[in-house]
Amino acid sequence: MAAVDHVTMQIKNGEFFSMLGSSGCGKTTSLRMIAGFEWPTDGEVYIEGKAMGHTPPFQRKVNTVFQSYALFQHMTIFQNVAFGLEMEGAKEEEIKKRVGRALDMVQLTGMDRRKPKQLSGGQQQRVALARALVKTPDVLLLDEPLGALDLKLRKEMQLELKALQQQLGITFIYVTHDQEEALTMSDRIAVMSKGKVQQMGTPVEVYERPANKFVADFIGESNFLEGKIKSISKDEASVFIPGLNAELVGVPISEGLVKGEEVNVCIRPEKVRIADKHVVNQNMFHARVTNTVYIGADTHIYVDVNGAKLKVLEQNRISRLDPKSFYTVGQEVWLMLMPENTLVLKKD
Amino acid sequence: MLQRLRENKSAQGTLLALPTTVWLFVLLIIPLILTLVVSFGKRSPDGNVIYSFTLDNYVRLFGYSTDCPEGQASCFDPLYVNILGRSLSLAFNTTFFVISLAYPLAYFIARAHPKQRNMYLFMVLIPLWTNFVIRVYAWMMLLRKEGAINIILGWIMNALNIPFTPLEMLYTPGAVLVGMIYEFLPFMILPIYTSLEKIDTSLYEAAADLGANSIKTFLRVTLPLSMPGVVAGTILVFIPVMGTFIVSDILGGRQVILVGNLIQRQFLDARDPTFGSAASLILMVLTLIVTYFYTRKFGFGEEIVVA
Repeated sequence: MAAVDHVTMQIKNGEFFSMLGSSGCGKTTSLRMIAGFEWPTDGEVYIEGKAMGHTPPFQRKVNTVFQSYALFQHMTIFQNVAFGLEMEGAKEEEIKKRVGRALDMVQLTGMDRRKPKQLSGGQQQRVALARALVKTPDVLLLDEPLGALDLKLRKEMQLELKALQQQLGITFIYVTHDQEEALTMSDRIAVMSKGKVQQMGTPVEVYERPANKFVADFIGESNFLEGKIKSISKDEASVFIPGLNAELVGVPISEGLVKGEEVNVCIRPEKVRIADKHVVNQNMFHARVTNTVYIGADTHIYVDVNGAKLKVLEQNRISRLDPKSFYTVGQEVWLMLMPENTLVLKKD
Repeated sequence: MLQRLRENKSAQGTLLALPTTVWLFVLLIIPLILTLVVSFGKRSPDGNVIYSFTLDNYVRLFGYSTDCPEGQASCFDPLYVNILGRSLSLAFNTTFFVISLAYPLAYFIARAHPKQRNMYLFMVLIPLWTNFVIRVYAWMMLLRKEGAINIILGWIMNALNIPFTPLEMLYTPGAVLVGMIYEFLPFMILPIYTSLEKIDTSLYEAAADLGANSIKTFLRVTLPLSMPGVVAGTILVFIPVMGTFIVSDILGGRQVILVGNLIQRQFLDARDPTFGSAASLILMVLTLIVTYFYTRKFGFGEEIVVA
């Protein structure tokens, strides 16, 4: 089986582009083909309009920040960052100036004489970044560079990386398995699975309009209800859902669906409205709470609608110290599935 | 008693180190002191040691001689200085050739598929299953006038119609060098392999990514990171080569005399333990000096542990 199969991606100049997927989806292999560590058996990589063919890595104007940082342990921080410039044959004066600027940029001023082992994980990560950026590449490739950092530092670095990318205007191609990371930083995301691109689009597009069930499930969480299209207009449909024994009216549809087709209706947990009273609405369903999970900022409420299980997410906008302030297991509730917040997807 | 030992970490340490400490004290420290004492003594006419304090043995070792022509009282005899020099230069040459041969092989093994690596390492170790002396004798069979190499060369020359007289290879400095290289090669391959194998392959990729071609990657990344292995191997090879006498005895005959041979003959043939002791100590000091300067320049080779 091919690690990467018929993948076509066009990445714009100055874009922050992410390849998102779980391990083995082909994202790292794609990145390595751009860097030149691996060559495609078929197809071509173009950088700045030039076909790369079998150009070795050291002749590509592309630099990589490795997952393990891959710092040279026997060299100082200065020597690490200067390495790439020395290979270009830059003059000593220029090397000093550019390395200094690169270290300032990643806030490691004054660390130049230390060895990598003397720095923290976050600092080592910055050295790896400076070492790649000092070469002013056309494209910077980042292979899960924040994977080894703890959550808080990772979130800080995400914003920092994004700011740095905007300031420098260099194209970043970022590989990650962390959807939140991809959504936070990217201009566009390619969601990958089994060597193929499942969807390519802005963070809002891939989250709000997932192209298929895989994307809907992989990015964020989704409730899926099986249904059948009863009537269809240009971009809306009425879908009968046997599980609810009801019809959803005016639901946005993805392309290529026909009347009578079996489909998945997808709705995000945070987009399900929950109420303890019935309000007049045609997309309102009677349900029973089966479980609630308090997780700090939000509460997850699991409900049963005529046998169909749904997950609902409610923000804890008010203090939940009083148990009566919230839904309890066994309580009868009403769910509102707003048609504009649901999506009809082709069955896989 | 046992309970108390369980709680006392430093007593545990002492207990663990005790057997080796006793061993080293009895078999290294005491003999060393004895050697030092004897080296200042005199040889009695019947080959015993007369304990005294004289530097005669050392002076003689560095070329002072009373056995001189035409009524001179004393003169310079380079015999022993030459032996020391020959031993040093042989040790340097052996180490140099062993590194040159071992490094590429270790590199090849470290880069081989993990499944094949163990087989290669196994092959490196196989010769060590045979006794050291027997392996040197095997070289005698190869190098002597009627040996395998001359027979094969004879066949080839015969087939090419070129007149051939068997080469005199045995009992030459070259034979000793070849024997030494062969004997000590595994002790260089293993530590270099260990240090090369530890290098993360992403470092090679990082170097290439930053614009280094394979030669620059080797010189700037691979070589410096494998230096601890080279240093450890050098220590493991240089020191024994300086002292060994078996290889030169068997492959060098009377032609190639090294310090090791000198010491052995002083004790066993010439029956002069005082001079033999002085030569032993000088050998040790010489080795220590070289090792000291070497390790000061290149570090101590963290991988002295042979994998």
